[in-house]
Amino acid sequence: MNTRLVVSILFATLAWAGAPGMPQFRWENFTTENGLPDNHVFQVKVDGNRVWAATENGLALYQNGRWKVYGTADGLAHRAVLFVDVDPRTGDVWAATMGGLSRFSAGRFDNYTQLNSGLPNDVVYGVAVQGDAVWVATAAGGGRLDLKTGQWRHFNERNTPMYEIWTYAVTAGAEKVYYAVWGGGVLEYDVKTGRWKDYNDPDGETEVVVLKDQGLIHEITTSVSWAEKDHVLWVATYFGASRYDGRYWKNFLDKDSGLPSNFLNQVKAVDGTRAWFATDKGLAYYDGANWAVYRPALDTHAPEMTVRDAQGAITHVPTTTAPAHNYILGLDFDGDDLWVATAHGLSHGIRIKKKEAGR
Amino acid sequence: MRGTAAIWCMIAAAFCVRAQGGAAPAYPSPIEMVVSANGSRLYVVCEGTNEVVEIDPVVGTVLRRVGVGQRPKSISLSPDGRSLYVANSWSDTVSAVDVASLKVARELPAGYEPNAAVTDAEGRFLYVANRIGNDVSVIDLARGVETKRLLAGRGAAYLSLSPDGRRIYCTHIYPQPGAFRAPPESEVTVIDTRRQMVVERERLHNAAGTFHVVAADHGRLVFAAQMRPKNLIPLAHVEHGWVIGNSLSVFGAAIGEVVQVPIDELDRYYTPPFGLAISPGGQQLFVSTTGSDSVTVIEIPKLLAFIRAASPDERRTMANDLSASANYVAARIPVGRAPKGLALSPDGKRLFVANRTDDTISVIDTATHRVASTISLGRPAKLTAERRGERLFFSARFAFQGHFGCANCHIEATVDGLNWDLEPDGFGVDIVENRLLEDIAGTGPFKWNGSNPDLETECGPRTEKYFYRAQSYSPAELADLVSFIKSIPLRPNRYLRKDGELTAQQERGLAIFERARSKNGMPIDDINRCSTCHMGPHHTSQELSDVGTGKPTDRSPLIDVPQLDNVALSAPYLHDGSARTLEEIWTIFNPHDRHGVTNDLSKDELNDLIEYLKTL
Repeated sequence: MNTRLVVSILFATLAWAGAPGMPQFRWENFTTENGLPDNHVFQVKVDGNRVWAATENGLALYQNGRWKVYGTADGLAHRAVLFVDVDPRTGDVWAATMGGLSRFSAGRFDNYTQLNSGLPNDVVYGVAVQGDAVWVATAAGGGRLDLKTGQWRHFNERNTPMYEIWTYAVTAGAEKVYYAVWGGGVLEYDVKTGRWKDYNDPDGETEVVVLKDQGLIHEITTSVSWAEKDHVLWVATYFGASRYDGRYWKNFLDKDSGLPSNFLNQVKAVDGTRAWFATDKGLAYYDGANWAVYRPALDTHAPEMTVRDAQGAITHVPTTTAPAHNYILGLDFDGDDLWVATAHGLSHGIRIKKKEAGR
Repeated sequence: MRGTAAIWCMIAAAFCVRAQGGAAPAYPSPIEMVVSANGSRLYVVCEGTNEVVEIDPVVGTVLRRVGVGQRPKSISLSPDGRSLYVANSWSDTVSAVDVASLKVARELPAGYEPNAAVTDAEGRFLYVANRIGNDVSVIDLARGVETKRLLAGRGAAYLSLSPDGRRIYCTHIYPQPGAFRAPPESEVTVIDTRRQMVVERERLHNAAGTFHVVAADHGRLVFAAQMRPKNLIPLAHVEHGWVIGNSLSVFGAAIGEVVQVPIDELDRYYTPPFGLAISPGGQQLFVSTTGSDSVTVIEIPKLLAFIRAASPDERRTMANDLSASANYVAARIPVGRAPKGLALSPDGKRLFVANRTDDTISVIDTATHRVASTISLGRPAKLTAERRGERLFFSARFAFQGHFGCANCHIEATVDGLNWDLEPDGFGVDIVENRLLEDIAGTGPFKWNGSNPDLETECGPRTEKYFYRAQSYSPAELADLVSFIKSIPLRPNRYLRKDGELTAQQERGLAIFERARSKNGMPIDDINRCSTCHMGPHHTSQELSDVGTGKPTDRSPLIDVPQLDNVALSAPYLHDGSARTLEEIWTIFNPHDRHGVTNDLSKDELNDLIEYLKTL
């Protein structure tokens, strides 16, 4: 055993000790050079052995090691796909695009636009399937399509506490539906009562945080993730992140947490304690105490993984791979693996098991 | 003695008139059948009397009857033979009938207008094709609850389980919504029964009006009965080319991609192909042709050999070669009026044919290809004018070479989802959309340009001149036909609450429908209010109006104000079908507020208006 290997193992072991339980990944990246139709990937959705990438130039499907791309010639409503959700019961794919909502079912696209249907607006930022309902977040408010009756309901300033109708994301659980309203905080829909409730920044629309942990961190929300089992809401904004357990708010800023940036594009909850954050300066993971960040280094672009423990101590974990780009737009879980949408490609984070990581 | 006369006598004793609503006599109108596994019982679903009739098919006697839901459309048997499943199209339910007691054991919920129901091979899940819902319900039979809806095509109608139990095929009586003046497209939706998901959509180019589907050869060979309408070319010369081709789509591992093969002959049409049955050995395919009062027999090995010998180009155009059928059609068997569903005895020796407007079952000897006997289901002794007219409506015998009848386009007295170039005035001139015929008495004038003041004109000389180009209806027949058309009832409205009250959204839509001022307070002229032209019980002023939807290819911009009854069902819209949805009427085709003032409406207000219209 040579000295170099010994040092390497020692370093890795120490690094692991400094990052207890923090997941490590080997990143495989996809760009236009190996099958993606566009390097701007807005979101990714995992559906069993199918991975759907929402790109600026079509809906891309990765299956059995190959990419297949669906564009407007195939029937997609618009080439720019912003979000994707899959109906777990039917396998139908719902694609939110800049030109309407597409339903892709066994090779057939059916499109809903503001001209041919009750879709509120053609700019659809988000979509979430909830049983027999499909919720959409559009540039002109929210909407819900009843799949059994074909009827649309609109949600806007007329019938909800939505004072800004630019809805940017939607997440739907069995009990609650949440909208991230860009500039209007968070809107909650109670499925049982049919009532709406809004959550706003107690500091108003300013960027100043005076009342931290007393409400939503900022009005410009970009993503919501509802950990229904634990009844915890996670919110991403352009000025930090928030966690709300129904009674207490906990806010996260780059200056007092492991967030690499306050500019967040998406948050995705693992549960009420753990969540992943897509920021403009890398992918971040929070396990309830410690933080990990995965990215190409901001200066050298070399692969980088850092861990910040609960006391604020930062450890660099050696890694040879990183997500395709710092600017992270979205992510989804694939068992222990991750798929990450970035501004320059799609990344597959293949989980390195502890034994393997420490070897 | 198994002769027809004896059977008539036996049935007559058991017969009683079943009146719907207590007024007009009800005719059984058998539409579909299923045979028990041992062949000792035939179960017939009668949509006219809302019942299932149990028959001893050997003796030809009616044994028992059981009432089911409204307008039953199909019947199937559970794999264990203990339950019958009847799709009640107007009740939005499936009746589960206990075979032993012949009583309804339970009603299962389905979607909008269930048209067919079949179980998987284990009998654990029931699949229901919903014709208005355009989807397939998956019902867990153990719990009696619907677990999911699968996206089908427009007018999801008929289902068939493959012999290996792995697939369920779903056909559609309407084509998929498509671009204006684009050739029709239909599909066979393929459901994987293990995953309970749609896994394929076999596209049927140029097809619309697809009926039964059957699979053979362990699921390696699938047949679907369909029409191929030539709706993009003028209907000027029926005698020079077909208006509607009648064909089969054939696909599956045994044959490859979809091949469409004609069942017509060069100078005779067999239309519309509806029911299908395959002999136990897979040698023969039987096709009922409702308007032609016959059953076509196809030799499957000859058909497959013919297809396999064809080049790829020949396969693509095979449906256009009417001489092709001579290669595989073995017989044409005359049966009763309006034959619909087919069922074979387990040994394949007898084919049962449901003659809908005769209220009989033809029993065909499959060896001789002849009707061996006829079983009557009992009917009022005297035919009403409406019933006589119904027979005419479903018959294709009046058109040149038996080409088509009313029901070819007004499928089951509804629409066909197409727009047509009917007049001999040049290509693409005066395109017209097909309208619903439900409850149309009192909605004249007729035709989109209002040129027919009454149905007698619409269905008489005009039909003779432009459509049939052969035999015309006699005055008495015309009167009967009009009587029937006027009697076509309105289907239940699925968008209106059962108590008849409007929802808050529909109330808002009603307010917009009736408003006299635009949102900025300006008065809306009487003539430009929705409720002015769409007035009265059918929401039509029965006048002509120019609402700015005329096209340069229309001879006049004046359009007959259409009735709005069940308007949600009759897409596409406008006189020429250029609006694919209700929304497009105003989002695309009303730029100058001439078809009502709508451009001041927000998107959700337009939604409110449309949700109200759906309740009409």
